[in-house]
Amino acid sequence: MLSLLIIPLPLALLALLIPSNRWRPLLLPVAGLACAALALPLVFSSQLVVGHWFSLDPLGKLVLLVVSLLFAGCGCYGFGYLRMRPERDNRVFVASMLMFLFSMLLATLSRHLGLLWVAIEATTLFSAPLIYFNRNRHSIEATWKYLLICSVGIALAMLGIFAIAYAAVNQGVPVDLQLVTLLQLGPKLSHPWLQAGFIFLLIGFGTKMGLAPMHTWKPDTYGEAPGMVGALLAGGLTSVAFLGVMRGVQVMAAAGLMQSAQRSLLILGLLSVALAAVFMVRQPDIKRLLAYSSIEHMGILAIGVGIGGAATFGAMFHLLNNAFTKGSLFLCAGNLQRAFDSKQLDQVHGAIERVPASGTLLLLGFLAITGSPPFGLFQSEFSILRGAFSLHQAGIGIALLLLLGLVFIGMAGTLLPATLGRSTAPVQKKSFGDTPLTVLPPLLLLAVILLLGLFLPEPLHRLFNGAAALLEVQP
Amino acid sequence: MTEQLLQLLPFAVILLGFYVLASQRLRACVEAVALQGALISCYPLLLHGFEGQALMLSGGALLLKGIVIPLMLLRAMRKLQIEREIESLIGFIPTLVVGVVVAAGAFLFADTLPLALEHHHSLVVPTALATMGCGFLLIITRRKALTQVLGYLVLENGIYIFGALISKVLPAMVEAGVLLDLLVAVFIMGIVLHQIKREFSTLDTQPLTELKE
Amino acid sequence: MNLLSLLILHSLLLLLLAPLLPGIIAKTKAFFGGRKGAPVLQLYFDLNRLRRKGMVVSPTTSWIFFVGPLLAVAVPLTASLMLPFGGLAAPVRFGGDAILFVYLFGLLRFFTASAALDTGSAFEGMGAAREVSFSCLAEPAVLLVLLLLGRLAGSFSLQQMLAPQQLAVAWPAQGVTLGLALVTLLVVVLAENARIPVDDPNTHLELTMIHEVMVLDHSGPALGLIEYGSALKLWVLGGLVVQLSLPPLLPTDLAATTLLFIAGQLLLALLIGIIESVMARLPLPRVPALLIGSGLLAAFGLILILR
Repeated sequence: MLSLLIIPLPLALLALLIPSNRWRPLLLPVAGLACAALALPLVFSSQLVVGHWFSLDPLGKLVLLVVSLLFAGCGCYGFGYLRMRPERDNRVFVASMLMFLFSMLLATLSRHLGLLWVAIEATTLFSAPLIYFNRNRHSIEATWKYLLICSVGIALAMLGIFAIAYAAVNQGVPVDLQLVTLLQLGPKLSHPWLQAGFIFLLIGFGTKMGLAPMHTWKPDTYGEAPGMVGALLAGGLTSVAFLGVMRGVQVMAAAGLMQSAQRSLLILGLLSVALAAVFMVRQPDIKRLLAYSSIEHMGILAIGVGIGGAATFGAMFHLLNNAFTKGSLFLCAGNLQRAFDSKQLDQVHGAIERVPASGTLLLLGFLAITGSPPFGLFQSEFSILRGAFSLHQAGIGIALLLLLGLVFIGMAGTLLPATLGRSTAPVQKKSFGDTPLTVLPPLLLLAVILLLGLFLPEPLHRLFNGAAALLEVQP
Repeated sequence: MTEQLLQLLPFAVILLGFYVLASQRLRACVEAVALQGALISCYPLLLHGFEGQALMLSGGALLLKGIVIPLMLLRAMRKLQIEREIESLIGFIPTLVVGVVVAAGAFLFADTLPLALEHHHSLVVPTALATMGCGFLLIITRRKALTQVLGYLVLENGIYIFGALISKVLPAMVEAGVLLDLLVAVFIMGIVLHQIKREFSTLDTQPLTELKE
Repeated sequence: MNLLSLLILHSLLLLLLAPLLPGIIAKTKAFFGGRKGAPVLQLYFDLNRLRRKGMVVSPTTSWIFFVGPLLAVAVPLTASLMLPFGGLAAPVRFGGDAILFVYLFGLLRFFTASAALDTGSAFEGMGAAREVSFSCLAEPAVLLVLLLLGRLAGSFSLQQMLAPQQLAVAWPAQGVTLGLALVTLLVVVLAENARIPVDDPNTHLELTMIHEVMVLDHSGPALGLIEYGSALKLWVLGGLVVQLSLPPLLPTDLAATTLLFIAGQLLLALLIGIIESVMARLPLPRVPALLIGSGLLAAFGLILILR
């Protein structure tokens, strides 16, 4: 298990040493595929690896699966992408990518809240150079906002963790920040402190997830970062931050405060979906549109856990679906941006004519992310809604349905004209077409989502169930 | 002795927070934050006595918050030739008024939280919250990017004070990680400051509003 | 000790020792400036010299012009009667004397400003305007501090608020609050006595003066009274600060406490001298910020004890 962690580190060092700008990016697919190859057996092995500092429970496994596969895809894409940008030195970029991978893996494996925090903070720091890759006014603005808002958010998360620890210290219980200890202590923890701690944790890691109203950095950052970075942030990083919130939920559940935790999650979740839906209507910028879609889906995840019961299962399924679909969408959006040299709707028209593969994938991705059958997101959103209606929370279910309808209209209004119709803008000399390396990864990611929508294999089903069981009130 | 220092420390820490809120000279602000960092590094020793871990935590904080990071910021100030005056979105007095209200609110809020017996008189929790409030205000109200970094540091100081309460719970490795993260964060922010200066030839964050709906 | 001897001792202490303070401040500043400086007793010599001099009085002035200097001495003397000096209790004390204490200085300010306006000089009018506008910011700060102390002591008499026994209890319990009050008072003392960073007593540029410009037209014995009065004022207002910061190292002996108080006054003068040496004067537009800020500190302290 620890070998997983050890892979990216020497590769990052190597990235700093390799002189060739052309071959250095090869490290990305190597690291990604190696990690995926190591992670898959871990995820599907039935025995539970238990350690004090590092171990994998189903929740961790789920996020590990998402992160490693997504990075493998983005790594392959990145190799192709960086070959198209030979003018830009990618030494720091590649090294930061690998360290980013390392910190995400560390977060999924850690069983200690402090270590988890360190890992998630590290993801912020290592992703900042990634966002600034394009080195222009807009990207520096996006980087600054990202860095400042996320740092403040993550600082609050630390306060939350401290408060949770104090919930035990206050009662005179000897404690460390191992998740196991906190879960065992459960009912003995001081309730006011635990609640305050959870709220701070939710706000802190929620900032990194991009839950409203702490989402303000997200459209700017996703809009200005290269497509593959957007894919990793929207698919991988948000999942890791979600894992952080879920650790808090676990402790709350153990202390018998699940209802209060669920209420907070529902409030933030609904707010996120509503806000994202409003901003998606008539959104002229494709990447910003996708960023708002990411906010929306983080909201759906929070709502899923907030409802509980069958919806929790749906949320776990949704985590995987959202990560892969959003990854695929961002990669395609990157392709379009290069082909048209713009990401604004008034420039991008009829992408299917100009870049047939990427355009088609973007269109399919749009159908998938809005929850159309037969994609996996239909299944997961459906089970969240079913959970809402079966647990007598019909009001939330109806509100969610309406908002999802609004989201569909909003996304269609931008993505349909962008992909369909005639390509009007003149073809520029420097524009790029589809290449296998930039098309295959999003294709594969989307294919997985399609397959999952048609048939959910038994091991995955078990994994989702196991993860959902961790978030239930323990009897 | 420890008791008296624990009485005195919150006073000095909060006062420094207010000073940073009200001060217009950037250099004085950096020095005040450095002093605050040095002061709060005493907390683990005062709360837990002289022992290995508390010593390490104190030493690390003193080194980073009191010396290394302020020096980095001063160096950045020199290299970037930042004008000395800070600009505030709202006036300095209104900021200070809000700061005082926030600090008072922190004290009132801290009263509602149950405290372990040995922490009743030490005012650690309200001091931490009040300091965090000051940091927040700095980040929100100041226009210069460097001052926003200062605000982040003050915020971190507040959290550190609270963390000192439970530093027994935190293993040394995690503490080291936390401090290291802080250092790297400020380091990267420094680099970004450089880039902002290069791109916009000012360190004002006002031009950083092109990205919006 | 009966009332009469207390009264005499109390007043003698004030009247004889107060002129020492400006001397110490000047000496400290000279030391920091690398100069030898005037002797510590310089003010005594000056007062003696001014006493013997004649007076030049502008024909446009009225009796108001002389009330200012007279009150400059009378007010601090009266106000001091309500203030305990270390172990020496206040000769005059009643509930609410703290308010009288504050507004006696208000009265003094009114007449100093009136005397300045009486001359009809543009400079003096400007100084009066500044003095009044800054004072109206310093006054709430003092009142807030006194309110805070009164709340702690459960009485609104200065004797009760500042009694060493009372403070010995209050400091350990409310250290933060008293600390805030102390800082506020220190700022007010600097502002009210026209000290750096609010005003520069040694400046030679009328445009930037606040307090000094108001007394430009006074000469001879009147100027002497004003100089003496400002020394007394420094002693009385400084007395608040000293009295408040004495307790943590309190001997029960009355004489020792009083000696400690005197030593505290001299130390305070030293501190003011140091502040004046290391700080620059604030630009005028920033002065209100300092005063409001110090008032806010007192307000914060008040909230802390009211919670």
